[in-house]
Amino acid sequence: MHKKNDDSSINHTEAVISIRGLYKSFGPLDVLKGIDLDVFKGENVAVLGRSGTGKSVLIKILVGLLKPDAGNIMVLDKQVDKLNQKELDALRLKIGFSFQNSALYDSMNVRQNLEFPLKMNYPDLKKNEVDKAVEEVLEAVGLKDKIDQLPSDLSGGQRKRIGIARTLILKPEIMLYDEPTSGLDPITSIEINNLINDVQQQYKTSSIIITHDLTCAKATGNRVAMLMDGVFLKVGSFDDVFAQTDERVQRFFNYNFIQ
Amino acid sequence: MMESKPKSFVFSKGIDDYFSGVSSAFQFIGRFFRQASKAPFHVREIINQCYEIGLRSLPLITLTGFITGMVFTKQSRLSLETFGATSWLPSLISIALVRALGSLVTALICAGKVGSSIGAELGSMRVTEQIDAMEVSAINPFKYLVVSRVLATTITIPMLALYCGFVGLLGSFVNVNAHEAVSFISFFKEGFATITFLDVFTSVVKSIVFGFTIGIVGCYKGYNASNGTQGVGRAANQAVVLSMFLVFIEEIVIVQISNWIRYF
Repeated sequence: MHKKNDDSSINHTEAVISIRGLYKSFGPLDVLKGIDLDVFKGENVAVLGRSGTGKSVLIKILVGLLKPDAGNIMVLDKQVDKLNQKELDALRLKIGFSFQNSALYDSMNVRQNLEFPLKMNYPDLKKNEVDKAVEEVLEAVGLKDKIDQLPSDLSGGQRKRIGIARTLILKPEIMLYDEPTSGLDPITSIEINNLINDVQQQYKTSSIIITHDLTCAKATGNRVAMLMDGVFLKVGSFDDVFAQTDERVQRFFNYNFIQ
Repeated sequence: MMESKPKSFVFSKGIDDYFSGVSSAFQFIGRFFRQASKAPFHVREIINQCYEIGLRSLPLITLTGFITGMVFTKQSRLSLETFGATSWLPSLISIALVRALGSLVTALICAGKVGSSIGAELGSMRVTEQIDAMEVSAINPFKYLVVSRVLATTITIPMLALYCGFVGLLGSFVNVNAHEAVSFISFFKEGFATITFLDVFTSVVKSIVFGFTIGIVGCYKGYNASNGTQGVGRAANQAVVLSMFLVFIEEIVIVQISNWIRYF
């Protein structure tokens, strides 16, 4: 088991993500109803919740893919919804986003998938520098031998790893994982959890891990935030959240364990 | 779970949706011109798309153009023979191919082949979050995907239309040569004698408009696809239907304008 950062490695005075009073609705549906959350430097926060509770919406707002209806969202001291395109792009280079379905470019092989963000953002990089960066991230995710394969030839777990590698190539300060273990078998899920912890240690990242998998939340999250009915019911250690007497929380935990 | 509140409409859902659709289509076109005029220019991707759209359509355009020219000649011969006017065939076919058929046949084929493929490709990238992945990597997906494809269709479809016209004339020549002792040179000399600069110019302008329409419609439908694989299929289908419809409307408008110019 690869360990996550312990409490002493987390700077509790420096919040890299600070969310206050976040509201978001889609037409008649109120999804987020006043969310508050801080993520500190070097910390992994796992956001737990049922499907459709707005967990992914939360991290999409953090990278500017969605606009909040109200609230103050600070990421690396920048108010995300107030940035112009150039400023937003500069901020996005510091945020890695790992998609639920990996979102690999299916017309490109693994090498091209990894090179693409690097070449597009740093066109002056020399070929050997690009090659070195590609090899480095592939080594970090343990898939050096898959460099010339197409995404369609990879397994679900491998695709997740390459998706993470593609974000790591830009050396992000923050990682956002959207359901990193969904659709994976238990062994591969543990490997992905280990990878998330390795990334935290090696790349000194702070992360939000969106998941409904309790094992993933426990293994990777320094803190856990329980999202239900558009608000966080409890933010704290896994055991604190697990100790909640709220019936909805207990039902979520029990159902997960039965599964 | 999420709460819901009743949604209000300005007119009705259908009318509101129609106007918001028209408005978003014009915004999409405006965004294209803004992005196309600003650096960086993804020249390599534009060339790549020109290859995909242009060169890969050549076999189909060749076959269709050749058959169109030949069949049109065969059908026209029957009528012209009644008046003993088969010698007019090269002029008639040239005018028909240059003024209308070359650009129209090419546009319809490309609307089917290229429009659907752009709609499906971008639609699939949208629903599998590949476009979002570009955006969060600080890459401008609109510029990389949309601008390059629309420019590629706008550049290559006029070329394909001219080529289609030429191949159509070849098809016509094969038929004429089989019936009358007309040489290759005299056929083309006679055919081109009746073609004016305005004919060629109008044809090229028309093809540029058709190319832009096919590219922008395919990209618009694909880029805004939703609802999973069903949405991808719908995007591809709508890209073909809408671009064909617009091509016919544009054909009527441009022919009308060119006729006014011709008579004044």
